[in-house]
Amino acid sequence: MNALTTWEIALHIIIQFAPVWVALGATLAVSIYYKDRLGLYGHLFDSSVGTIGLILVLFWVFTAIFADAIVTHDALAQISGMKNKRPGTAVRMAAEGAYEFYLLGGDNLARDIFSRMVMGSRAVLIIAPAATAFAFMVGITLGLPAGFRGGRLDTNLSFLANLVLAFPVILLFFLLVTPEIRSTGVPIYLAAVLFLFPVVFFVVLFQSRFYTQPMKRNIYVGVTLVLGLWAYSGLAFNADPLNVFYMEPNLLNIFVSVVFVNSPTVYRIVRGLAMDIKTRDYVSAAQTRGEGSWYIMLWEILPNARGPLIVDFCLRIGYTTILLGTLGFFGLGVSPESPDWGMTINEGRKLLSIYPHLAIPPALALMSLVLGLNLLADGLREQSLKD
Amino acid sequence: MWFFILKRSGVMLLTALCLTFVVFFLTNLYPNLEKLAKTQGNQRMSDAQVEQWLDDRGYTQPLLVRYGEWLGVVPSFRFTKEDGKTIGRCIKPAMDPVLAPNFCGVLQGDFGFSSVFKDNVSTIVGKRLGLTGWLMLFVMIVMVPMALIIGVLAGMREGSKLDRSLSTFSITTTATPEYVSGVLFIVIFASSAVGLKWFKGSSASAMTDITFANFTLPVMTMAFYGMGYIARMTRASMAEVMTAQYIRTARLKGVSFPNIVMKHALRNALIAPFTVIMLQFPWLLTGVVIVETLFNYKGFGWVLVQAASNNDIELLLSCSVVAVFVVLITQLISDIGYVFLNPRIRMS
Amino acid sequence: MMQKQDYDGPILEIDNLSISFFTRLGEIPAVMDFSCKVEKGKAVGLVGESGCGKSTVALGVMQDLGVNGKIVGGSIKFKGRDLNAMSDEELRDIRGSEIAMIYQEPMASLNPAMKISKQLMEVPMIHQGVNQKEAYDLALQVVTDVNLPDPERILSSYPHQLSGGQQQRIVIAMALMSKPSLLILDEPTTALDVTVEAGIVALVKELGEKYGTSMLFISHNLGLVLDTCDDICVMYSGEAVETGPIKEVFDKMRHPYTEALFRSIPLPGADKNARPLIAIPGNFPLPHERPNGCNFGPRCNYFAQGQCDKDVIDMAGVDVEHGHYSRCLKIEAIDWDAPLAAAVDTEVVEPGRTVLKVTNLRKYYEVAANALFGGGEKRVVKANETLSFEARESETLAIVGESGCGKSTLAKMLLGLETASDGTITLNGHDIESIGIQERNVETVSSIQMVFQNPFDTLNPSMTVGRQIVRALEVFGIGVGDEDRERRMLELLDLVKLPREFAKRKPRQLSGGQKQRVGIARAFAGDAQVVVADEPVSALDVSVQAAVTDLLMELQRKNKTTMLFISHDLSIVRYISDRVMVMYLGHVVEMGTTDQVFAPPYHPYTEALLSAVPIADTTVEREHIVLQGDIPSAVNPPSGCPFQTRCQHKDKVGNKCETEVPPLRLLADGHEMKCHLSDEFLDAMPPVIKLAQVS
Repeated sequence: MNALTTWEIALHIIIQFAPVWVALGATLAVSIYYKDRLGLYGHLFDSSVGTIGLILVLFWVFTAIFADAIVTHDALAQISGMKNKRPGTAVRMAAEGAYEFYLLGGDNLARDIFSRMVMGSRAVLIIAPAATAFAFMVGITLGLPAGFRGGRLDTNLSFLANLVLAFPVILLFFLLVTPEIRSTGVPIYLAAVLFLFPVVFFVVLFQSRFYTQPMKRNIYVGVTLVLGLWAYSGLAFNADPLNVFYMEPNLLNIFVSVVFVNSPTVYRIVRGLAMDIKTRDYVSAAQTRGEGSWYIMLWEILPNARGPLIVDFCLRIGYTTILLGTLGFFGLGVSPESPDWGMTINEGRKLLSIYPHLAIPPALALMSLVLGLNLLADGLREQSLKD
Repeated sequence: MWFFILKRSGVMLLTALCLTFVVFFLTNLYPNLEKLAKTQGNQRMSDAQVEQWLDDRGYTQPLLVRYGEWLGVVPSFRFTKEDGKTIGRCIKPAMDPVLAPNFCGVLQGDFGFSSVFKDNVSTIVGKRLGLTGWLMLFVMIVMVPMALIIGVLAGMREGSKLDRSLSTFSITTTATPEYVSGVLFIVIFASSAVGLKWFKGSSASAMTDITFANFTLPVMTMAFYGMGYIARMTRASMAEVMTAQYIRTARLKGVSFPNIVMKHALRNALIAPFTVIMLQFPWLLTGVVIVETLFNYKGFGWVLVQAASNNDIELLLSCSVVAVFVVLITQLISDIGYVFLNPRIRMS
Repeated sequence: MMQKQDYDGPILEIDNLSISFFTRLGEIPAVMDFSCKVEKGKAVGLVGESGCGKSTVALGVMQDLGVNGKIVGGSIKFKGRDLNAMSDEELRDIRGSEIAMIYQEPMASLNPAMKISKQLMEVPMIHQGVNQKEAYDLALQVVTDVNLPDPERILSSYPHQLSGGQQQRIVIAMALMSKPSLLILDEPTTALDVTVEAGIVALVKELGEKYGTSMLFISHNLGLVLDTCDDICVMYSGEAVETGPIKEVFDKMRHPYTEALFRSIPLPGADKNARPLIAIPGNFPLPHERPNGCNFGPRCNYFAQGQCDKDVIDMAGVDVEHGHYSRCLKIEAIDWDAPLAAAVDTEVVEPGRTVLKVTNLRKYYEVAANALFGGGEKRVVKANETLSFEARESETLAIVGESGCGKSTLAKMLLGLETASDGTITLNGHDIESIGIQERNVETVSSIQMVFQNPFDTLNPSMTVGRQIVRALEVFGIGVGDEDRERRMLELLDLVKLPREFAKRKPRQLSGGQKQRVGIARAFAGDAQVVVADEPVSALDVSVQAAVTDLLMELQRKNKTTMLFISHDLSIVRYISDRVMVMYLGHVVEMGTTDQVFAPPYHPYTEALLSAVPIADTTVEREHIVLQGDIPSAVNPPSGCPFQTRCQHKDKVGNKCETEVPPLRLLADGHEMKCHLSDEFLDAMPPVIKLAQVS
């Protein structure tokens, strides 16, 4: 069979993404229709930059969700004769019902690049937002008291934060994400500490607000503890009795490293915001009411810091995506065969001058996702300032 | 002021000690040592033999003691084997055990011996650091002025078309890490695919002789990514300054727009970007590692990767020391610079 | 570079000016059909409350309305030339050399990274093309003209090294460098202390007379305008409602808004029981919700349905010969001299038992000599020095002082945000001076609460109004269950005269006065016995101040609360308080009943303070005492009496003032003072404010 021309390749790719277009269109239509009632999210559509960013991000989110329907081949399957073939090459002796082309060509292990690129989005979009969320939990829980109370707590925590920040990221990854480290249990210790923060955060959140109403408080805190500790035991120690929460060791290693690297910056930002907001009169009013420190930090200060924090959250997901790509680039990815974008780029770069199609798709994919996140963050910042 | 610098230097030293200790700890975890024993000795050693090998060479001493040895504050280990030969940390190959020094650590200037390159660590690091130094120099020369100019032009008239296009450009550059932009540049400018072969895709030859052909792409790759963040910060700072009341005072005094930007706004707007530029160094290190790997430029970053992948403990430790000091010194310069440039703080 | 023309006619002629802002909500008119004339050598006062458009007029004259603003009608003629029709270059020529502007916040108006000399020298160098040396000499000359000591040192400093008063003088100097024909002053003294303000006002008048500069003086303070201007123009919601010579308008006001404005400000004759302030009911109309006909109609006492809400109303002449106009249809119809409606007879409440007792309270802070770098010797800031006073039930004790006097520190200690270094605070028999807020029990905490100064910051922007009040109830342990607290919260809203639906609104949907009411509701939520009000009305509009002040007094009457009213505004203090305590640099310099403090004998500081407060009454004569210098810093207090560096009477006691801290003397029953002056001198002191004889 003849190979596809460039136009045909493009057409086929667009057709493959059909579920994404449908979902994207539906979401946008509904959002724009109701945009006045959707607060900050609705205002996003007034900014062209924000809208474009949102579209790019949603594109990849839906791609990750519908990945199974979009891929043309199994991302790990190797079909003989397809090694390093150009985009649009027909698959020789295609099995019955199988897709007949390698739309973006084959890599040097004869796997379909298009499918690998699509599946790669799934890995990124699961890990990056979750890792960023955890980093935020750690950063907020430590940054608020440091900024609000100051004193020795602040000095010590800031010293620790600077310590971690001064550590070259790449070095930390090389030291932490190795099989040898895994067998010592260092990642599990780190996970034990870091994964505790969300639980602590929510428990303190509910306790500080509802301590005047013991009944309510007991319900909220109780549910949090049960759910939280259950997930905690599963994710950190793989000790979940019901086997719902589980993270394989390699992934845990990477996850913990990424959270660890991101937390100090979030800490700094939250600390700065806390130091700024604590001078406002409503914080003094809360103090003169006899409110506890944690109530003030979590319910008076934090909600008013949400603008810059939301913006940073988006940016940080983008940054984490880049970090994950860096890990993959140095071979420290989740597993050697995984279609992780960074790893694919690394594999492809060795033959770059002859076979550009190996590394370009994942490179462009990564770039577009991060670009979308950055544009989204910029749009959010613009709109939140107008509020 | 001097008291301030002294205090900061003290904190710096403490940080460096903590960080190098962490690296020491991580590289000396038992599985790593096991790997070291097996690569240096015999791949098929049994566990007991590995233990013995490590014991002989002093690797089973308490961690703090070994750290002290590396620092040079604790006398180093010596051991006499059954066959009468004395081996020890400070006894280099072909050295008479009696003449070998007692202390051989960082404080004495001895950074150890690299197991990967089979040479003194200080020589290796020194040479490779020089190569990276050239790369960094060119990157800064290209990146900083461009970023500042883009930021100022974008920020001086916020919301204008120029601002929008420059901002979009800056955002795009922050979305292209070095492994993405490097790959794209190689494909466009150095591959047979597009055919524009203006530059070389490998900078190995730049190690001896820097030319446009072999150095442009790596410099461009690093500058491209680093410039975005600085430009955005500069733009934000500039935009904020331009809405300040004292700029309105200048305008209503009759000062022309170019003069407002140059004489009134810049001085205030560039304070924040300066600190940002200095604080970019830790991230630039990651970029150096990626770029050197991508373009075959065997500088400091490349050495770091080699050391880490092969668990060359001595080399890795020394690389960490260098990296950490670079970061801390730039932090110090950033803090001093911020105080210096801001008259409000300097004069109080 | 233009030659300055000589022009005989009015320097500034604004004719039917209309300015609108174009935002994403559409066109919002800010100024409508505004006319005003500034004659050569005269000063015109532009008076109105926030949002009335007066600053917009100023920016319109300077043609600096930003991206969104545009002049949509009328003309602004400067020396006969239409400013709107000029090119950018012509405007640049005029700005700074012929028309100069002075702004509200001096620190923000000066470039923090440029030396003062450079900022001043720029003006003649651009407009007159002089070289650096000449420009420097000119700058030196002008700095001396504005009465700044040590001009050379000032020229080589940066703005943050000067005090607020000095900075404003520099801004004035910068404006006068090119001897402009028109000077626009936009609330130039609002950010300054009262005694400093007096100095600036005197300076502006002096320079105006010396250089013959015409002035457009924008302010919300009627008394200040009376002191400085020849003509006045009152604005309401974008329109001029009354214009004319100042004495004419003050004595014979002919617009209901002007009248209402005067009735809502505390003049010396006002008395909280016999002649209370009358607040203007209702709120400002939002720019896109202006009513038909008269803008002020909905709030006007004399509103006539069918007449006042039909067509656009033009300015009508009241006394055309003197240039007195008013935008009212009922100028003739209203009886302007009618006596005020009989005020609601409020019974005078007698103060009860002592609730709060403060004895020898001291607060010292330790501050590192060099704040940023640490190190150096520790220095001691004496924020409060041996304060002693008592406050009784149902009594209002006013604490008066300017910045740096220690009143905020006192408030913090009372509320537990700081603990005392020495002395005692006894509340209801318990000593609380060393018990910080975290350790106090709920009862103590709810017994003493505070109303804060800045209404825009006093409420958490992310929480609804109702929830914030309910939270206060929760913490004070009031009410059983959610529904009970909801009910009480709504009752509190009723108490502060806010509609019940506000409970669901977020703070940004409320006006400043409404936010302050919520703050008051919050403070009274726990039935507090002592309420410390820290400048509760300073940040509010004049007409709103009356309403909030009345509310505070009503609540106090009902609940028999003790109120500690901290303020620098002596007019409100005289109106509202029973006893007054005057503070200066951490010391109590005078204390007594309101009548005692406001009448001689005075402490020299009180004397100066009283003379500095502008009074919007043409019948009142005032001594003018202008203090030299600025308030000293608390880090480096003067030796002996804290006031001696600025006191005009200190030479009458030899050099005792510089060496000894004056003892606390008891003059009359309850009237105390810290001063070295002899009894004879004090008895012979003339009163600062002489009221006209009321027939």
